[in-house]
Amino acid sequence: MPAILDAKGLCKSFGAVVAAAEVNAAIERDSVVGLIGTNGAGKTTFINMITGYLKPDAGAIHFEGRDITPLAPRDITRLGICRSFQIPQLYRSLTVLENMMVGLGVVMKNAGLGGYFSRRAPLVPGYGVPPQEAAARILERFGLSEYRDRNAQVLPGGVRKLLDIALAMVGKPRVLLLDEPTSGVSAEEKFGIMEMVMKGVKAEGATVLFVEHDMEIVARFADRVLAFYDGRIIADAPPQAALRDPEVRRYVVGIHAEG
Amino acid sequence: MKIVNVTHGSFYALGAYAGASLTGAWIARGYPPMLSYAVLAVAAILVTLVFAPLIERLVLRFMYAKDEVVILLITYALFLVLEDVIKLIWGVDPYFVADPYTLLGSFTVGGMDYPTYNLILVALALVFGGGLAWLLNRTKVGKILRAVIHDPEVSRALGVNVGLYYLVTFTFGSALAALAGSFTAPTVSVVPGLGVDVIVLSFAVVVIGGLGSLPGTALGALIVGLVRSVSVHYLPEVELFVIYFVMALVLAFRPRGLFSLEEPRKI
Amino acid sequence: MRPDRTPLVLGAVLAALVAAGPFLPQWALFILTLAFSRGLVALGLMLLLRAGLVSFGQALYYCLGAYAAGALGRFYGVSDIFVEMLAGGAVAALAGLVLGFLLARYRGIFFGLLSLALSMILYGVIVKNEALGSTDGFNVAESSLFGWRPGEDWLRYAVMAAAAAVSLAAALLVHRYLGTPLGRLAPAIKDNEIRVEYMGASARQAVHVKYVIAAALAGVGGALAATTVGHIDPDMAYWTTSGEFIFVTILAGTGNVAAPFAGALIYGAIYSTAYDLSPNTWQLSLGAALLALIVFLPEGLSSLLRRHARHS
Repeated sequence: MPAILDAKGLCKSFGAVVAAAEVNAAIERDSVVGLIGTNGAGKTTFINMITGYLKPDAGAIHFEGRDITPLAPRDITRLGICRSFQIPQLYRSLTVLENMMVGLGVVMKNAGLGGYFSRRAPLVPGYGVPPQEAAARILERFGLSEYRDRNAQVLPGGVRKLLDIALAMVGKPRVLLLDEPTSGVSAEEKFGIMEMVMKGVKAEGATVLFVEHDMEIVARFADRVLAFYDGRIIADAPPQAALRDPEVRRYVVGIHAEG
Repeated sequence: MKIVNVTHGSFYALGAYAGASLTGAWIARGYPPMLSYAVLAVAAILVTLVFAPLIERLVLRFMYAKDEVVILLITYALFLVLEDVIKLIWGVDPYFVADPYTLLGSFTVGGMDYPTYNLILVALALVFGGGLAWLLNRTKVGKILRAVIHDPEVSRALGVNVGLYYLVTFTFGSALAALAGSFTAPTVSVVPGLGVDVIVLSFAVVVIGGLGSLPGTALGALIVGLVRSVSVHYLPEVELFVIYFVMALVLAFRPRGLFSLEEPRKI
Repeated sequence: MRPDRTPLVLGAVLAALVAAGPFLPQWALFILTLAFSRGLVALGLMLLLRAGLVSFGQALYYCLGAYAAGALGRFYGVSDIFVEMLAGGAVAALAGLVLGFLLARYRGIFFGLLSLALSMILYGVIVKNEALGSTDGFNVAESSLFGWRPGEDWLRYAVMAAAAAVSLAAALLVHRYLGTPLGRLAPAIKDNEIRVEYMGASARQAVHVKYVIAAALAGVGGALAATTVGHIDPDMAYWTTSGEFIFVTILAGTGNVAAPFAGALIYGAIYSTAYDLSPNTWQLSLGAALLALIVFLPEGLSSLLRRHARHS
């Protein structure tokens, strides 16, 4: 089965720092892939290259058979790949609802609706309802309704993460990249957030890649694991196998091999 | 210091007026003209010490946390205020104090006469430029200052008296402007509005060179000076705006100036 | 959702002005018209400010609009005020379209200084141009409206009414624009441009559109000012003119399309009062007023309106 997302031979260096050295990964449709590795191993660089924020020094990325390597982030988003961020990227001075409305507005604009000469309150493509209603639905799904009129700036950490992910899902992407979705979130909330996110994602039928440091979350939600170290992928297997791999245990989990 | 400072032009004017009036009085009283250079310097430093700490403590101190454009507008407002303060103190008539300039005569280079005084200006620029670079890069104070500029909060947490650093830096920077004005005064007639043209030009210099880069500013100044002279000589019609044209050109190819600093990773 | 009452309120205020016009003294009509002119420029600046961009060179388009209107009169004998305003807006919009390709790539101080540089280039070009009167500029002929020459008694009133009508139209058009997805993108661009790109929108394109609109508005304002004052000169492109517009915009804040006009009126009042009270220190008064504004009312008049609305 052809991969929905295919990275071949990706190389990227920042001066003397090698962030990616011949990275290859073929992601299957509807799979849930966990990206693990220590800080600086190249996971976020990988995501940045897929989403067009960085251009690889060498190699190519194909999405549904199409070469997206040279494209800008906004073009890649329009094609159906969206991402969330390590540090939530929100519109600080706007309320949660307004954040959503901006996202929905862009979706409409990209579909050619809601322009200057159009009638008020057109229906949002993919939702079939006017923007206000669509926003309410998304907020409901991610448990954000009670924060509707709060400024993004004053939200607690876990809520910020959820909003960041909700914004990534506004356009109903076919591939969703989550960069550390549970980092900075308290232990009790972690599983709750992941549950909520994965429920929302599965409802839309998207392929998911998520970066995680918490191995329990990875074991629970991923059906495949890519382990990064020093710019290379050192393991590519289902979670149980990957987490038992000696190299992974040494370089990622941090357990030294017993003598 | 991460503030774009229109008030800088005011200090240039303040220095010019203070230098011209004090030196004029010095020479009129018959004191040794050779010491007039020292008078120029002293006048500039004195006027700075009067105005700079006042401005920094009363106004700027509360504004550092604000948006960079808001700070620009604040310094613009201060500039407007100072323009009239200068008029109130020194009046609207022009000041001439040519003695320090004419005293040194001129020398001939390649068939053209060149005023010796201008060499002093060049020497001053080199001394101050070099001195500033040494201060920022080689001394402990300079390094702490760079840290403060980069992240005032962390510096405060490390026990640095950030407020004092800001005060001293602003005063020092303004003093440089005042000295420039003061030493330029003998070559021009000092009139109201002196600060206006200078400030836009110096922004052009800094933007061309790249914000925050000393070698860039030096290069920018060189470029601006050369372009202006060349255009006055060969293409007088464009003299008024050629420098803005150069600025636009530089920004079109190097969006952050010629020697811009690296941007840290955002996501 | 609360029904949008802005069009009604604006229309009512304007109708009141037009009705009261014939009874107002000439100097009041003059000030009002200039307020409309400045307000138009400030309206455009407000659009850009919402996206976090401060243009220090709107005087460029103001001046272009003024000279376009003046040139129409001087070289082609056209004196219809609406044609002049249209021409001013069109010329400015075209310039904005071209220059926007360069400017829309910049933010913050660089955007500001680059726009400043461009306006100073225009200043330099005009000053050196003999055909356009160099530093003296030239006079602008008396206006006519749709072929009717108002004559001395009714001229100021007619111009004011025309200005009011055009301003109302501009305000309503901008108000509607602010409700579209592109219009709503402004605060997002200001807060987090990276996120905007990652949502699938081009911030550069949005800024370019806003820049062209702002240019057009400034051009119309310039043409209006030209016919009102009756004289144009290169100072209209000088950076201190841009400074005036920025003052008005800061005073107004970014909340409401009516605010720039109110701000322009108040600015005119402050300026004349300062000038009358002490002609030698009017800059000081202006500077002090601007400082006070920034310190005590950073969000401008709009924040006052909003605070009032919330309490009522």
